[in-house]
Amino acid sequence: MNTDPRIEDLLRELAPQVLGVLSRRFGDFATAEDAVQEALLAAATQWPTEGLPANPRGWLIQVGYRRMIELVRGEQARRRREDLVARQGPGDRQYAPAADEELTAERDDTLVLLFLCCHPALTPTSAVALTLRAVGGLSTSEIARAFLVPEATMAQRISRAKHRIRASGLPFRMPEAAERPDRLIAVRQVLYLIFTEGHTSTAGPDLRRVDLAAEAIRLARALHTLLPDDSESAGLLALMVLTEARGPSRTGPSGELISLADQDRSRWDATAIAEGVALVTQALPRGPVGPYQVQAAIAALHDEAPSTQLTDWPQILALYEVLERLVGSPVVALNRAVATAMVHGPAAGLAALDALTHDPHLAGHHRLAAARAHLHEMAGDQAQAIADYRAAAARASSRPEQLYLTMRAARLASGSKGDPPAAAKP
Amino acid sequence: MKYMLLMQFSAAGTDFPSIDTWTQDEVRAHIAFMGEVNEKLTAAGEWVDGQGLGGPQQARIVRAGEGGVPVVTEGPFAETKEFLAGFWIVDCESPQRAVELAAHISTAPGPGGRPLNMPIEVHPVMSAPPQEL
Repeated sequence: MNTDPRIEDLLRELAPQVLGVLSRRFGDFATAEDAVQEALLAAATQWPTEGLPANPRGWLIQVGYRRMIELVRGEQARRRREDLVARQGPGDRQYAPAADEELTAERDDTLVLLFLCCHPALTPTSAVALTLRAVGGLSTSEIARAFLVPEATMAQRISRAKHRIRASGLPFRMPEAAERPDRLIAVRQVLYLIFTEGHTSTAGPDLRRVDLAAEAIRLARALHTLLPDDSESAGLLALMVLTEARGPSRTGPSGELISLADQDRSRWDATAIAEGVALVTQALPRGPVGPYQVQAAIAALHDEAPSTQLTDWPQILALYEVLERLVGSPVVALNRAVATAMVHGPAAGLAALDALTHDPHLAGHHRLAAARAHLHEMAGDQAQAIADYRAAAARASSRPEQLYLTMRAARLASGSKGDPPAAAKP
Repeated sequence: MKYMLLMQFSAAGTDFPSIDTWTQDEVRAHIAFMGEVNEKLTAAGEWVDGQGLGGPQQARIVRAGEGGVPVVTEGPFAETKEFLAGFWIVDCESPQRAVELAAHISTAPGPGGRPLNMPIEVHPVMSAPPQEL
């Protein structure tokens, strides 16, 4: 199908709104989702030849609504729906909004959808898939392609996720106020998971590039628009934008990693950096300060520095100390040790790493060996650095990281001094 | 996380006779089990790929000779103690889950319906770099 990209963008924007309207009216997310998919398919085939309808959103709601009626009429679906209504009790479905709702309802619907898709009963991979389809408006085949699994597998994953939501009996409305902070944490995690997955795709000549990092940023932007006063959601968006700004210079021609110290900073996206810095600068004083804001602040310091040497390492070290208090993860402790080396020298950094050796999460982890290798190289202990780089490469689970570590070891072993010590890994 | 599960037929680690000596029902039960495994993986959204491979007599070893010309030898040979019988690629939540799946596959029935307990190698598929680097 060779659809006009403008139509695709419009469909993606409207999909969550239409899904929101139908789910709320029928109180059945799973069936509404099926109906919306069919309405989208109809639009994608008809609009390019027949032209855009006067009211695209109304058109989609109409078609989805009709399909929904058909689906609900089926005997099985009726029984399911009766169960669902019985479970929800009265009151819940009394609210039947008019066909043309106010903008606020659309916005709320998107947020409700996000909360629903990031449901605690779902596994993270299912939540990611469902979010991309229901809120991001991506097709199953696009999501499957992005995750390099067969379409049937992804379809199954999505349908199981929908069943699980149905089985949980959750009505289509905002979670109770008390539940909301926890659910919002899950929403941010799912969006960040989509973002981190984003590096896999070097999409080919497909219908539309499914760039997961860009999609995650789009959704994080939507979340920030819906909840402008939530400082952590602003922090999440800032972190993504600031990380993505360095994206193209992070890997070399064969897909190998390029360490922060060796990246060509002139290729960093200055506009994105300015946006990210502004976001985190506004968010931080508003509080409460959460881990995404702190990570964004660290990313901002890296992004604004003209070189590794001129990076504000004392400030970064201080932020890692804050982050460690907030989340206390061993990976954060490891990063703090590297920042310690940049401020107080490699010996201090290595001492900090030694303290982590017995952490069960880090023992045998390639990151620990990689950090140690960098600090030994920084200290001029080449033999130890080579051994540690090799040990790290043997354990690395990412191909680009493994290539990077192997090349680092090879460069030291061949005696070439190479670039300045690249201990500067955030 | 993707994992490759390799089903090794190992004469050393197991005590079952070669599959061509099994009864038809035993072979049928074995194949039905593999079919069920694949259906379950698909239903769980964990299936990426999976295939059974031809026997060692059909396998060839290829090396590049002079000028890149393929030099083909037959093998792995019949006396080989181990050979690759099939593989799966699964996309699952955790390394523990991959191990669980492998253990389940290892219970495939053999002669007399007894589980074969054949060794299954579990290899993580290398991924893209993590974000925080």
